[in-house]
Amino acid sequence: MQEFTYTIKDKIGIHARPAGNIVKIAKEAKSDVSMECRGKTADLKKIFSLMSLSVKCGDEVKVTVSGDDEVEICEKIKRYLTENL
Amino acid sequence: MKILQGTGASQGVALGRIKIIKSKNTNVTKHTIENVASEIARFNSAVEKTKETLGVLYEKTVREASEAEAEIFSIHIMMLEDGSLTDCCESIIYEQSVNAEYAVSEAAKVVCAMLVDTNDDYMMARTADVEDIKNGILTSLTGENEDVILDENTIIFAHDLTPSQTINLDKSKILAFVTEKGSKNSHTAILARSMKIPSIVGVTGCMRAEFDGLECGVDAEEAAVFIQPDEKTKSKILVRGEVQKSREEKLRTLKGKKSITKSGKEIKLYANIGGEDDLDKVIENDAEGIGLFRSEFLYLGRTELPDEETQFCAYKKVLEKMQGKETVIRTMDIGADKQAACLELEQEENPALGYRAIRICLEDNDIFKTQLRALYRASVFGNLSIMFPMITSKDEVERVMEVASCVRQELKDEGISIDENVRLGIMIETPAAALISDELAPLVDFFSIGTNDLIQYTLAADRQNDKIGNIYNPRHPAVMKLIKMTCDNAHRAGIWVGVCGELAADTDITQTLVAFGVDELSVSSGYVLAVRESIINSN
Repeated sequence: MQEFTYTIKDKIGIHARPAGNIVKIAKEAKSDVSMECRGKTADLKKIFSLMSLSVKCGDEVKVTVSGDDEVEICEKIKRYLTENL
Repeated sequence: MKILQGTGASQGVALGRIKIIKSKNTNVTKHTIENVASEIARFNSAVEKTKETLGVLYEKTVREASEAEAEIFSIHIMMLEDGSLTDCCESIIYEQSVNAEYAVSEAAKVVCAMLVDTNDDYMMARTADVEDIKNGILTSLTGENEDVILDENTIIFAHDLTPSQTINLDKSKILAFVTEKGSKNSHTAILARSMKIPSIVGVTGCMRAEFDGLECGVDAEEAAVFIQPDEKTKSKILVRGEVQKSREEKLRTLKGKKSITKSGKEIKLYANIGGEDDLDKVIENDAEGIGLFRSEFLYLGRTELPDEETQFCAYKKVLEKMQGKETVIRTMDIGADKQAACLELEQEENPALGYRAIRICLEDNDIFKTQLRALYRASVFGNLSIMFPMITSKDEVERVMEVASCVRQELKDEGISIDENVRLGIMIETPAAALISDELAPLVDFFSIGTNDLIQYTLAADRQNDKIGNIYNPRHPAVMKLIKMTCDNAHRAGIWVGVCGELAADTDITQTLVAFGVDELSVSSGYVLAVRESIINSN
């Protein structure tokens, strides 16, 4: 299992567009991918699930990836978050 | 003539005929079905068909608007693949033995409720996406064609347009959008802005059947819809449209020109911004720099103070995007009147005259140092000037300079590179600062006159209070004298002086400010070209 935490710096948080891109990455994965924020957990393969977390600027999120391709997917999501949010 | 009011979501005026677009499929009936398995199969094939349609819409939007606008449809496809909506549908069909149409509308309600539950404006606006997907599936189920035939010069009236409805309409025939619901954040509003179609949202009572086909005027600036406008209103709208058009054309020709007066003085014409989102407009309107970047957004609407890294990233982004053009960032200007939970400020009787801005920074050095560290670290990525608000005395300026020099030393000791040429200036926005500007000028690199507060403090008139709107007079001679005095004292000390605040955008006063010797004007991006025109016409 791979995990990391990240603090969202984007002013409007994880809105529809980045949520879509994150889901795109997660869907390619064989692993299970989830994100935790303010005590709630979302399945990152499901856009409504992620959107209902309503992640805002300043929120700390914890991403957990577990499965065959966990290292690669974890790295991909981390890079996406760092570069865009 | 009947006048309806709403919220202007995309600027402009229009005069045309009303076409009411009713939301389709609103009357879904519930009936029991015999064969659950075949109903689920029918539902699944409708979902597949909807995905195909969305793919086509994506392509169409890329062609008509942009890839960024089109992305919403790929998100819709994801929402369909997500399972939340479709699984819910299947279980409703399965458990209740009902038709797919009814199941879809019930499932959409469940998902919308989940979004509304986030209690977040942005997510709540996404319920329109769910509605859109629902309607897409319903159309696929019933096989109804959604095409709407439009006449020339149509003004669309709708309850709330979904993104797919908006993009499916023939834009060459549409002059404006009027919707009963919707917000400035809705996709229709965003699309309308990107296609430059005037739009008014939140117009209560616009969906009356008898309006269909009537003549109608729309003025987004006044957020007004005129049904069967009289001749006077019509000509007003037409004139306004013409004026806007010819002015825009004329102002566009000023892009790339210098802001030089007739006597050859070059004025730095900068823009005010409140966050990085405003940057595109700054560049689009050809501002020569940023004269006021309000750093407040970093502090508002959050419970914890923004850390150094968060601030550094925000400043770096702006400085990089400005590509070496001067960028004046103002340190935190917040008082008890603003919603800044992270500062935990106590309620005050008179927040405008209270514990705010630099007064907080000088008291709570950690907040101040964090911001200055972030600013200096970002300084190597562009052309930075830092400006301090709410100054009233020499002592304050000296203390500010001391903290700044301390921060510079700290960073150097840590081996972090900074730009040695960062200029430090102050805002002249209290009468006290203007009156002692001769003593303050030698301590700083520039002055920026914040007229909004300077006027309110000089005339003892709250600018938010309509009752005393006549007392809040930006051209009061007392205000003019303070501005002139500040300019003279700045030049005597050899520093530059600018004006930010609404007065800088008042083109009737540009000539006076230039005559006072103002070196820089900083205005909202939308006013840059108009002020440039007025500088060029000044002596």
